[in-house]
Amino acid sequence: MSMIFGVPFAVLSGQLLIGIINGAFYALLSLGLAVIFGLLKIINFAHGAMYMLGAMVTVIMFDALGVNYWVALFLAPLTVGVFGVVIEYFLLRRIAGQDHIYSLLLTFGVALLIQGVLTNIYGVSGLRYSMPDMFKGGMNLGFMFLPYYRAWVIVVALLVCFGTWFMIEKTKLGSYLRAGTEDSQLMQGFGINVPLLVSLTYGFGVMLAAFAGVLAAPIYSVTPVMGSNLLIVVFAVVVIGGMGSIGGAILTGIAMGVIEGLTKTYYPEAASAVIFLVMVVVLMFRPSGLFGKEA
Amino acid sequence: MTMMKKLLTSAVASALMVGGAQAEITDNTVKIGYLADMSGTYRDLAGPNGLKALEMAIADFGGKVKGAKIEVVSADDRNSPDVASSTVRKWVENDNVDMVSGLVASSVTIAATKILEESNKLGLVNGSAASSITNEHCTPNHIHYVYDTYALSIGTPTAIVQEGGKSWFILTADYAFGHAMEADVTRVVESNGGEIVGSIRHPFPTDDFSSYILQAQASGADVIALANAGADTTNAITTAGEFGVTQAGQTIAGLVVFLSDVHALGTEVAQGLQLTTGWYWDMNDETREWSDRFMEETGARPTMVHAGIYSSAMQYFKAVEATGSDDSQTVRKWMMENPVNDMFAKNGIVREDGRMVHDMYLAQVKSPEDSTGEWDLYDIVRTIPADEAFRPLSESKCKLVNK
Repeated sequence: MSMIFGVPFAVLSGQLLIGIINGAFYALLSLGLAVIFGLLKIINFAHGAMYMLGAMVTVIMFDALGVNYWVALFLAPLTVGVFGVVIEYFLLRRIAGQDHIYSLLLTFGVALLIQGVLTNIYGVSGLRYSMPDMFKGGMNLGFMFLPYYRAWVIVVALLVCFGTWFMIEKTKLGSYLRAGTEDSQLMQGFGINVPLLVSLTYGFGVMLAAFAGVLAAPIYSVTPVMGSNLLIVVFAVVVIGGMGSIGGAILTGIAMGVIEGLTKTYYPEAASAVIFLVMVVVLMFRPSGLFGKEA
Repeated sequence: MTMMKKLLTSAVASALMVGGAQAEITDNTVKIGYLADMSGTYRDLAGPNGLKALEMAIADFGGKVKGAKIEVVSADDRNSPDVASSTVRKWVENDNVDMVSGLVASSVTIAATKILEESNKLGLVNGSAASSITNEHCTPNHIHYVYDTYALSIGTPTAIVQEGGKSWFILTADYAFGHAMEADVTRVVESNGGEIVGSIRHPFPTDDFSSYILQAQASGADVIALANAGADTTNAITTAGEFGVTQAGQTIAGLVVFLSDVHALGTEVAQGLQLTTGWYWDMNDETREWSDRFMEETGARPTMVHAGIYSSAMQYFKAVEATGSDDSQTVRKWMMENPVNDMFAKNGIVREDGRMVHDMYLAQVKSPEDSTGEWDLYDIVRTIPADEAFRPLSESKCKLVNK
């Protein structure tokens, strides 16, 4: 079998595919962060908690009401999105226009509260959530065994990413959004309800995180602390891509998944550090990130 | 003036102490500190329910020992040795705490027992894994009660190698505990005629194990061993299930698995998993009776750590009652001379290195068809006799052991 730097080609292809799958996850999460920062200039430290809520709501709805996976895929992000709008309306709005550090601290506090309350109720061992029946099993690709569910994750995550990018960069609604955050008074003058737009944007960003949470529920252990581990990595992805760059967040997310996957193959000890290493290097040469517009 | 007052008070206090040399329960209170992870990764295996177990022991003992009131204080160590040190120091210096129970993360325990040794109080270690706690880190001021990495590596790996699982691939959490576990497993596997074909040290904690599972699959090893704990273990097992590891004929060996982990995974995912445990709630009438009471209090079945917290506290109270003292050395000596015989252990002996030696059990997770309820999770496959389960004193590096 042909070897690449001492690793069989088949193993390497498997790792690349796994990297792309994880990258799609990163993309989905960093996309939400990028939307919220890019349009509202809020550093949303509650993003990990929203991801966790998406997964928790999926499990809780299933246990309490028997809501299945497909329904949860819509209902859980919607629930969490509404929750996000409430947070925006009652808390974030009050510190709009202040320094970034305020929104960072506020959302961090909110995240700790949510996490603490849920830990008290559900513990940290994780809740059970079975894989939907149609996704059980997988296919043999020759170089690896690909579970059906992972294949589904990559397809749906990329579709949602593309859809979001398209909506914000290419549609009229997206142009309102971008304009409204650029000069809200002018937009108000054109008769557009900017505060509503802001609330909905925050809710939408949060929905993306919750959507990733639903996707994660069948494959990761669903616990109140699952988001806090992921949050910092996703932030690094956004910083590498360039704060606020929607397309940048998507591409960087996928690229970082692949780089992390390769590190897990060649030098697993560094797997949790490699993304931060990339971040350091990128910031040294391009302080505004790979796709960032402003310095 | 205040100086004078202090002097007088201490003079009176010392006079009283000399006068009452027999009544040695200081300030007529036995005060217990419960230190554990109350909110993080290790919450469910000890945590708030462990405090409940301790309170059950106090209630069962009547709330008093030799006329002295039993009190309890508790704190969250947040898995931080620094927090543990400062908490225990405050307890022994300001709050007159006599004994500290709980003690979960190994790093926390090592920090806490140092303070206990300086202040000559007693620690009952119930949650920690590292066998170094009664080896290079042993003190005359603590007892390691429930299990350790040595016992865990004797149990599961020996059984699996003997069943024909000769080649091993180890996934190790990349920190002190994981390395110790990996070394212990390697020793046991090789001495039984098995072989380690590969290992990966993954960062702690890791959420996504797919990449590592894929590499372990590609290695073709008979057995994939998990030298990690808590969420790392449950995540790895879930991913292994998803990638069809066991269907393809490889065996998963969890090395540190608690009842709370298996409960979280469920029998569908965890079935067939072999593990070593110091205790299981559904072993006999005695264990079931106590577990029923525990469940009434907490809504969950107890882990081996919960049972150990209860049992060690009862043994401690018996010692205080028998000796009429809460002096750590008097109590520890009594505990070494009097074997533990209760629902937790039969003829459990505390050795001079502080290791409580008792039978361990090899268990296998039931299949969904065999499991009759959400907590009906283990079949006890084999009893590992106490003298095989723990590191023999002849190999000990503990300063208290005379060889």
